Amino acid sequence: MAKKDIDIRFSKFGTISFTSTTKVNDFIDKLEAGKVSGTICKDCGAKYFPPRADCCKCFSSNMEWFDVSGKGKLLTYSKLEYAPIGFENDLPYCIAVVDFGEYKVFGRISGDIADSEITGGMELKAVVNKLPSGQINYVFEKA
Amino acid sequence: MRKVAIIGVGQSAFVRGYPGSIRELAFEGFREAMQDAKIATTDIDASVVCSSPEYDKQRSPAGVLAEYLGLTPQPTFYVETLCSSSSTGLKLAYSLVASGLHDVVAVVGFQKMSEITSAESQERMGRGADIQWESPFGTMMPAYYATYARGHFLKYGTTPDDLALIRVKAATYGQINEKAVYRKPVTFDMFSDPDNTMSGPVASPLRVGDCCANADGSSCLIVACEEKAKIFSKKPVWIKGIGAASTAVNLSGRDLFSGLSVGIEAGKQAYKMAGITPKHINVAEVHDCFTIAELMAYENLGFAKPGEGKELIRSKETYREGSIPVNVDGGLLSKGHPIGATGGSQVRTIVLQLRGEAGAMQVKEPVFGLVHNIGGVGLYGNVTILGRE
Repeated sequence: MAKKDIDIRFSKFGTISFTSTTKVNDFIDKLEAGKVSGTICKDCGAKYFPPRADCCKCFSSNMEWFDVSGKGKLLTYSKLEYAPIGFENDLPYCIAVVDFGEYKVFGRISGDIADSEITGGMELKAVVNKLPSGQINYVFEKA
Repeated sequence: MRKVAIIGVGQSAFVRGYPGSIRELAFEGFREAMQDAKIATTDIDASVVCSSPEYDKQRSPAGVLAEYLGLTPQPTFYVETLCSSSSTGLKLAYSLVASGLHDVVAVVGFQKMSEITSAESQERMGRGADIQWESPFGTMMPAYYATYARGHFLKYGTTPDDLALIRVKAATYGQINEKAVYRKPVTFDMFSDPDNTMSGPVASPLRVGDCCANADGSSCLIVACEEKAKIFSKKPVWIKGIGAASTAVNLSGRDLFSGLSVGIEAGKQAYKMAGITPKHINVAEVHDCFTIAELMAYENLGFAKPGEGKELIRSKETYREGSIPVNVDGGLLSKGHPIGATGGSQVRTIVLQLRGEAGAMQVKEPVFGLVHNIGGVGLYGNVTILGRE
């Protein structure tokens, strides 16, 4: 009997992904189509980023995708000069939390933005980013 | 529920590269606590073993340690909440004793971090956060806490100099704590000297001097019901309030970036249970894995209003002679932070303070002491209030 194929699309997320199988694997397809996406519960309307397969407010698993769009505001950030194993070649890089109103997004600020330009409250947008290794994630760019 | 006391405390020295196995390391803290309590292993009804996994190869360490410590055939089990594991162990021991299920319980915390490199350990610690959605961006503990430092700076105008003052205070007491891993003096000027290690960048705005060191160590607390405490101990220290909380693991699920919600929530619970307010606390141990964590704890525990924590350290009110002495054993910044042993070590310090046995670190006649122990990046929070009566 042929071995059952396992859907490991999520192993493409980020410099190193620590998760391969998830019910929201379509997140990767969305990224490849140029969209950063969260999920919304079709039963109670709860909105989630990062996306979830299950709603903890009404216990439904009846979810649909929405696109992270528009401008968010930079809440906080940190520039790393030292990295965990496997991320050394990315240094230096800046992690951040951006507030889009109904939800917040954690990620990296694009290396194209100079340190001197990064300020609390600045407007940013989430943009898909393909890595030279073939992996994929998203970064925040100036809105 | 029954009243519950701590009748014995112990810890190993916190060191780099402990020359022994985890069972031998755990024995050091356990022996000191047992000699402090002056009881036999047959007096202990159960043990709770606390650590954070993946720093050593042993799976399910509770059984292994119980055997080595002479605590079989009594029940034992393992508890883990990252850096707050052993204060969570204390909460469970409290529950077991208060409920009447057991009379005397040992809480054994340990961590041997030196079997892996610092970078490997940062990678494991980073995986104490959200591995699905955050770790792929290359996260680690200093960077997460740095986002809180930046959040505090942006909201309240706190500066790197304020954080440096906290490290200087820690080193003041680390020098006189013979169990501490870092015992050298630290001066404010080191942070502005580009050639000094303390000023080296880690994750902005945190510098090397803002971060505690990994260490190997163990701690142990012997917890007893009132009846047994009065038989075994001349100076039982009572658990007056015990609070705990959790929050969203991913930073995107949080609302506060200038404080830790779990510290606020656990503190509220502990104060309410103890029937006291922050101004009644005479000495505190707070979770200073990073300098910013101590500053936020001042505010989250009500020692200062939000945004005014910097005034406490600038005016030295958190020194031993101040109005609210905090981490006068050197804190995690000087003692080192052997994850699973840390909470027990903090509790040990406060128990010694309340007994008047803290030596050169003793504050003047404390009645109430507080322990604030955080797991992960404010993922778990435990606040415990101890009292002499």
